[in-house]
Amino acid sequence: MIKELREKLDSKKISAVELTQQYLARIKKRNPELNAYVLVLEDYALEQAKQADVRIAKGDIQPLTGIPYALKDVFCVDGIETTACSNILKGYIPPYTGTVAKKLYNQGAVLLGKTNTDEFTMGASTENSCFGVTRNPHDITKVAGGSSGGSAAAVAADLAVFALGTDTGGSIRLPAAYCGVAGLRPTYGLVSRYGVISMASSLDTIGPITTTCADAQAVLQEITGIDPLDSTTIASTNVVKQNSKKIELNKITIGVPKEYFSVAGLNETVRQRIEEVIAQLKKQYKITVKEISLPHTQFAIPTYYVLCPCEVSSNMARYDGIKYGYRSEQVEDLFSVYAQSRAEGFGDEVKRRIMLGTYALSAGYYEAYYLKAAKVRTLIKQDFTKAFQEVDVIITPTTPNTAFAVGEKAQDPLEMYLADIYLAAVSLAGLPGLAVPAGQLKQLPIGVQLIGRQFSEDSLLQFGAIIEQLYK
Amino acid sequence: MLSKAEVEKIAKLSRINLTEAEIKHFQGEFATILKFVEQLNQVDTSQVTPTYQITGLANKTRPDVIDYQFTREQMFKSAIETAEDHLKVKGVFGPSPLTP
Repeated sequence: MIKELREKLDSKKISAVELTQQYLARIKKRNPELNAYVLVLEDYALEQAKQADVRIAKGDIQPLTGIPYALKDVFCVDGIETTACSNILKGYIPPYTGTVAKKLYNQGAVLLGKTNTDEFTMGASTENSCFGVTRNPHDITKVAGGSSGGSAAAVAADLAVFALGTDTGGSIRLPAAYCGVAGLRPTYGLVSRYGVISMASSLDTIGPITTTCADAQAVLQEITGIDPLDSTTIASTNVVKQNSKKIELNKITIGVPKEYFSVAGLNETVRQRIEEVIAQLKKQYKITVKEISLPHTQFAIPTYYVLCPCEVSSNMARYDGIKYGYRSEQVEDLFSVYAQSRAEGFGDEVKRRIMLGTYALSAGYYEAYYLKAAKVRTLIKQDFTKAFQEVDVIITPTTPNTAFAVGEKAQDPLEMYLADIYLAAVSLAGLPGLAVPAGQLKQLPIGVQLIGRQFSEDSLLQFGAIIEQLYK
Repeated sequence: MLSKAEVEKIAKLSRINLTEAEIKHFQGEFATILKFVEQLNQVDTSQVTPTYQITGLANKTRPDVIDYQFTREQMFKSAIETAEDHLKVKGVFGPSPLTP
């Protein structure tokens, strides 16, 4: 889609202003029902589009100049309200722009608005948002998935050409699967996190949500790179190249992890669909298929739900009712400024994780929980390292089932955590994971997940493009 | 299961005021979640080193140069309460809220 739009913009078949107007009109029409955007920047977008047209007229064109896009509401942009969809940050205007948003701004991409997320990205359904739930464009009684549900719904409903999301335990891949779009969690450290509101810093990643894998590649290329402001970033020049070598499919071996197919609650049609994809890849592309074992699979969610809350408890400490954000009116002393502002400002899931993390890190429990989980994380990583000695790509379902109904899991936190059952291990191992749509079941999208070695985004996306073709 | 007093203590350490009903509610949820994560005890990790940084980077350094571009005005734009060009907060010294 980006390639076609690039050609249209450069040949002046359409102006960036016209294109932006089309998107704004569609947002106006569709967003009240979907609630994908929590902030639409009409004037700001048109002004950027005007500037993009000037650049295009002068021939000062970069790959994303004039392309309208959306940011999940955790990306700080100078002068634009950024809330993480939390009452504690309502009204917060960042005094700076984060690295990735700046890269897109410098390209002349057109920011249409900020999209909905679970509060501070904590959730799998975008129901934990102070702006209310985002609905699935395929069926508005269903969730869009989360936490980047607003970004995925916006792209699926063509309310943005592309959107950026964040993925800590599955928050790009899960909504991408539920909404039937492509979503890439890149290798940890490939994309700078500076200026993106943190959830769990050893796991947080930023990636594109797009209609095709080619678009994901086009966006990823523009947002990677070492950033002095994020010391975990790693050089990517050899990882994501514009005209990179085509993968030779007949030399590829894909791994099918048996543990992922014996998960209770795996929908039978979803299972058959993944098997059908594998069969097609074998038949049409002569790809070798191998069953593999990732023995610590069942421990991924428990590990994640120790490590993530621990990091959350630390990262959320900055919301104290003093420097910025919300302060309760019901305060007497300094302690109540903190404790009452946080009581009123945070939603239940955020409180739950802060308290679980605080408990797990407190004296006497640190070794039993945090250290234990950090060790199991090593074993989960080793499972993958071993598997990648035998195979090049691992294929799994993205989720055990299609999108669930709004409200269905809202009262049961553990049930919600298990939505990430195929996703959390990839996060813990710092690997890239790509969600690709593979047709539908009763009008709801089914997702395939492709997992690659660290920094193998390029071949992963090429491989994803092939699967995408099977269900076009 | 964590006792009511334990949940209260965690809430205090977390700087989150809870109502009686919330304490009861979280007490039940924590029991379920902790039981779930305690599955990890089935894994033998006696010979395993923990992972904190997944791509193996360690001790990345940079020149110690001041590179600070924000003005006071910019920083105060989102401040909740200011007085005489400073952030205004409640008194810091007093009895500790953690001692009963």
